[in-house]
Amino acid sequence: MRLRLNGITKRFGDLVANDRIDLVAEEGEIHALLGENGAGKTTLMNVLDGLYQPDEGAINLDDKPVRFSDPGDAIRAGIGMVHQNFMLIPTFTVAENVMLGFERTSRFGFLDRRRARAEIEELSKRFGLEVDPDAMVGELSVGQQQRVEIVKALARDAQVLILDEPTAVLTPQETEELFAVMRSLRSSGRTILFITHKLKEVLAIADRITVIRLGKVIGTTIPEKTGEQELAAMMVGRGVELQVAKAPAKPGEVVLEARGLTVVDASGALAVDGVSFDLRSGEILAVAGVQGNGQTELAAAVTGLALEVGGTVKIQGRDLTGEVPKAFLRAGVANVPEDRIKDGLVGDFSIAENLVLDVYDEAPYSRGGALDWKTIHATAEKRVAEFDIRAASIHVPAKTLSGGNQQKVIVARELSRDIKLIVAAQPTRGLDVGSIEYVHGRLVSARDAGAAVLLISAELDEVLALADRIVVMYRGRLVGPFPAGSLTREEIGLLMAGIHVEKAAKGVGM
Amino acid sequence: MSAEKSGKRAALGSGSRKDSAAPIQPELRRNLEALRRRSFGIALFALAVIIFYFAFGNAPSAATVFSLSAGPAIALPLIHLPLVATEIFLGIVCALLGVAQILWRTNRRIYLLLGIGLAITGVAFLAWAGKGQSVDVEGLLITSLIEAVPLTLGALSGLLCERAGVINIAIEGQFLVSAFVGALVGSATGNLWAGLVCGALAGGLIGLILAVFAITYAADQIIVGVVLDAFAVGLTSFFLQSVLVPNQAALNSPTVFDPIPIPLLNRIPIVGPLLFNQNIFVYLTILILAAVQIGLFHTRWGLRVRAVGEHPRAADTVGINVKAVRYRNVVLGGIVAGIGGASFTIGSTGQFAYNMTAGLGYIALAAMIFGRWRPLGALGAALLFGFTDALQFTLSVLNVPIPSSFLTMFPYLATILAVAGLVGRVLPPAADGQYYARE
Amino acid sequence: MSALSTERETGPASRPPFLRSLAGIFLTGNTFVITALAFFSALVIGAVIIVFATPSALQAWHGFFASPGAALGPSWKAIADAYGSLFAGSIGSPTAIAKAFATGSPADVTRALTPISETLVAATPLMMAALGIALAFRAGLFDIGGQGQMILGAAGATLGGFLFPNMPAPLHIAFALLVGAAFGAAWGFIPGILKAKTGAHEVITSMMLNYVALNLLTYLLTSPLYQAPPRVEAISKAVVPGARLPLLLGHSLRVNLGFVIAVLCVIGVAWLLKRSSTGFRFRMLGLNREAARVAGVNIELQYVLAMTLAGMLVGLGGALLVQGVDFRISPLYGGSIGFDGITVAILGRGSPLGVALSSLLFGAFTAGGRTMQVNTSIPLQLVQVLQAVLVLFVAAPGVIRTIYRIKVLHGGGRIFGGWAG
Repeated sequence: MRLRLNGITKRFGDLVANDRIDLVAEEGEIHALLGENGAGKTTLMNVLDGLYQPDEGAINLDDKPVRFSDPGDAIRAGIGMVHQNFMLIPTFTVAENVMLGFERTSRFGFLDRRRARAEIEELSKRFGLEVDPDAMVGELSVGQQQRVEIVKALARDAQVLILDEPTAVLTPQETEELFAVMRSLRSSGRTILFITHKLKEVLAIADRITVIRLGKVIGTTIPEKTGEQELAAMMVGRGVELQVAKAPAKPGEVVLEARGLTVVDASGALAVDGVSFDLRSGEILAVAGVQGNGQTELAAAVTGLALEVGGTVKIQGRDLTGEVPKAFLRAGVANVPEDRIKDGLVGDFSIAENLVLDVYDEAPYSRGGALDWKTIHATAEKRVAEFDIRAASIHVPAKTLSGGNQQKVIVARELSRDIKLIVAAQPTRGLDVGSIEYVHGRLVSARDAGAAVLLISAELDEVLALADRIVVMYRGRLVGPFPAGSLTREEIGLLMAGIHVEKAAKGVGM
Repeated sequence: MSAEKSGKRAALGSGSRKDSAAPIQPELRRNLEALRRRSFGIALFALAVIIFYFAFGNAPSAATVFSLSAGPAIALPLIHLPLVATEIFLGIVCALLGVAQILWRTNRRIYLLLGIGLAITGVAFLAWAGKGQSVDVEGLLITSLIEAVPLTLGALSGLLCERAGVINIAIEGQFLVSAFVGALVGSATGNLWAGLVCGALAGGLIGLILAVFAITYAADQIIVGVVLDAFAVGLTSFFLQSVLVPNQAALNSPTVFDPIPIPLLNRIPIVGPLLFNQNIFVYLTILILAAVQIGLFHTRWGLRVRAVGEHPRAADTVGINVKAVRYRNVVLGGIVAGIGGASFTIGSTGQFAYNMTAGLGYIALAAMIFGRWRPLGALGAALLFGFTDALQFTLSVLNVPIPSSFLTMFPYLATILAVAGLVGRVLPPAADGQYYARE
Repeated sequence: MSALSTERETGPASRPPFLRSLAGIFLTGNTFVITALAFFSALVIGAVIIVFATPSALQAWHGFFASPGAALGPSWKAIADAYGSLFAGSIGSPTAIAKAFATGSPADVTRALTPISETLVAATPLMMAALGIALAFRAGLFDIGGQGQMILGAAGATLGGFLFPNMPAPLHIAFALLVGAAFGAAWGFIPGILKAKTGAHEVITSMMLNYVALNLLTYLLTSPLYQAPPRVEAISKAVVPGARLPLLLGHSLRVNLGFVIAVLCVIGVAWLLKRSSTGFRFRMLGLNREAARVAGVNIELQYVLAMTLAGMLVGLGGALLVQGVDFRISPLYGGSIGFDGITVAILGRGSPLGVALSSLLFGAFTAGGRTMQVNTSIPLQLVQVLQAVLVLFVAAPGVIRTIYRIKVLHGGGRIFGGWAG
């Protein structure tokens, strides 16, 4: 099916998320939509998907105009969407998830599970998407869940498939498998819209590339005619430094010492399995790896948030294993959490209040149990200026800030304390390029001021740019550490997929 | 289980994406399980000790009689239990269960064993309490079932709402309003069926109000529920004072539904009078229970409802109308609660009295949680709470040396224990209590 | 992270600035306007109920089509009588006030001030109950055990009030108040520790404790410790005069020191919430429990602390009631004050000042309601209905906005989470 978008515009109050977007995707084509976080890609896809209605513009399928008033219409028209955050129900089986909304029923509305199972098996075979119809979705790996999402779309006879940032949660290996599936779907005549901000992937898989920035289409091109530098420039609107300028590290004393760390996660599984490493002041140790391999639990273990910890964690020689978060904070550990809205900020608190979220009970912010608001506000003003936080005043609720500014509040709070160790988990997820550059700069300057930085990141580019040493985390175990520059990108990718590499076997560096 | 653990949940697509992590180290898991087994086993031993205590200080000739016959059932002979021997026997059985629990290799049936232990303790307690007298066990069972009817219907109501993602604290209010309307209409029209239908509709109306406030206007669901309860108390007592009391005979004296005996089946000993000689409310409860159980887990309707309760956005993206599903379920839940409320008046006492539901709406919620948001589980929990309620009647008849006030506390204390003991380990529907809008 | 959140990274805060102009306030549904309209709407609904409960007014509607005036007349009279008594009983009747100014005699002044005095008397325990409940609200806890906590507090104060009859007066008052507060605190502690250690939802545990408390009270009242010797019905010994709260305006008016204590508590809680680290912790916990945990707050401890403080405040309210007004306790003591406290706390939006004002309003309703019942035989429960409807409207401002077609500025809010907190 041929897909054409004409002048799609979508506004949210004052914000114009999509601004007169034109796009054409032919039948049997993989069309990549490239843009940085916040550019308007997902909004556009939600318009296509029927979740939003465009304020202006038209959608044409096979040159016939269509109107979607809800997702059901879009599905019936042959559009299948695989969302960035999976729309799957963990407590249902694969078959139930695939069936939902499109149930196979026998008389009286009773579910016909046998028919559903047969259909799923048939689709699996046809496109190489191995899934077990009776498995509980919550127990599947991320890659498998993604396959379920694709089967779900295909089960409704989707002719246009939209994949929203599908590789964000995949290992390089799984990404290759996904690309194979995409090619097979393409040869069956389907149109694939592939949304991403990753330049390398776009060049590897797409037939055509459309770049969007700040809601507008900047241009359309094909991989043969362009390269990373040019695409990046189109995405961001200026020359982009793909590397971060940083001086060589000067490591000092050991700040964080982990030995035989084990962490059991909320569902009872062993998420961290015997992890040991040292981290010194003045260096950045990056933990690379696809999300879901225990990084979250590792971060929890070294900040006091894990509930069941085995092994030892020592901060500057003091054993803090299993201590409460407060003890870690007092020991000089700064935490920049993965989920800033849930864990890092109180959305309804003002910026000033958020800036003292973990130090409100220490001098000078409070004396004898009573808060000193004058000092708190004065300090807040200083920080806002120092960290370039864009807001109407220090009294606005944090939830009204953009993601980049929210992260700046957290960074401002954590880096302004007397800290020995920074644990930064996915610190630039969902941020625009400007904020990413800012956060990277701050981490490097904290390192130069003598702090130890534990960077946990699923973004290979970020790891390569910032790390002084690299470890790779896979299924709860660490491989490495390796000095930065001693591994190629491909090698790290393989390690992230659990495949051993020569150097790892030699156990280089410590 | 601390407050923190009870709040954790592995959510899909909300930031914590899980690869299939390595299975928990076999040793670690074994240790945790063994610990659990041991503590349950010790609990069984504690129960055995209590049973042995019952044996103390009794003359060797002391005996209790259990009567198991009632109504049209074929009469069973009375069971004479020599007190000391019975208690010792039961105590030994319970202790053996404790030993078995500790020695057993697996943790399966761990709750079943505890349940059996509790049941044995219950029997031992009855034997002790009824020392030298006759205990009407069949009557106790029948009363338990009758007490469990509104609790079951209330729990089913809560379930219907929460499975779709809406918390219904207004069950108490729905009970009150439908009890009132049932009595009023049944009395005024002389037609009990009219009373039942109107009572059910009254409950549905309260459900509709809850739905409008919670689903369309995004008000906090717990607040709306509690306020609706206060509203119901105020409204029903207001009209009780101003309209019913001056016109007692005409408006507050409905007759009560007679039991509907099912011939032949109701002559089966023990089970007969229990299940086949009851009034319409018991039969309705069984029907509704079956309908909800089958509906929720085997039909398209149920799949969609559960999807809306777990992940409304996912349901939305496949074209399900989340708000409509929620509205339907909340109103349906109100109707079911309405039937339960009507049972207070036209199903048992006849007259409406001030605040006559005495917190049973809240106990029904506890039964729902205790039953892990499943219909059959809720039934089990409701039967348990109904039993504690019925127990206090039996005990007061038996002149047990416990003040009546403490007996009345029984069901409430039992609820607290149940909720405290279990809640950390159960998971409500993931989107329970959350407002959903497409933005 | 929702798909939407990634779309708002660039650009300034996406919400429009708060409109400060007067027109803006009226157009965009400012809280005060909503509350006022909610109040008005509740009165309208109350009026309808009054008509239904007055047989003469109801009868008159039969002849509506013949002569509308005749149908409306009795209804209007019923409504005016009811609301008029409500006002006269809570604030004062203009005639009585005028007379007091004219004659200046103590009897007349007393009569003129009685409604206000009654309002303050009714408001006092309500203020304490709502204060405790509001404090728990702010920490994210839903305490519906007010009834039980109030009973325990009253029982404690009564015990403290008769156990040592020879204690010197000011000390005795303080002692009884302390015992009451401690008993109430214990009753708040139980749901708190259960929630902290087992995750049991405080709605159910505190509700169950209400019934336990009611039964406990019945038991105590027939026990030798509490039961007043010459009486056979269930009523307690009296609080000795040395433990009673002094009256504020002379012997004939019931308003007493309790009101002052309640106001002091309001100030205290306001200070706690705004200016203390504990208050900061409570507020953090109530708004985002996960972030509070990451920031180092000991959640279990704070839950226990918040519930205990809440129970203490509500229990103190019960103590003020016994030591200031009734001097004895009887079954079902405290009536529905524990529940009214919830509605007051919601109306006051959990802020101490809001709670104070709302409890004055509801105290006025209660005092006026009694007069209304006496004068017009409309049952007192109408007041409860009015209160519930008012709070329903306040809890969902969108309904008022829809009815009166006010433009929306923000959407609704979720204050409490589900069963897991």
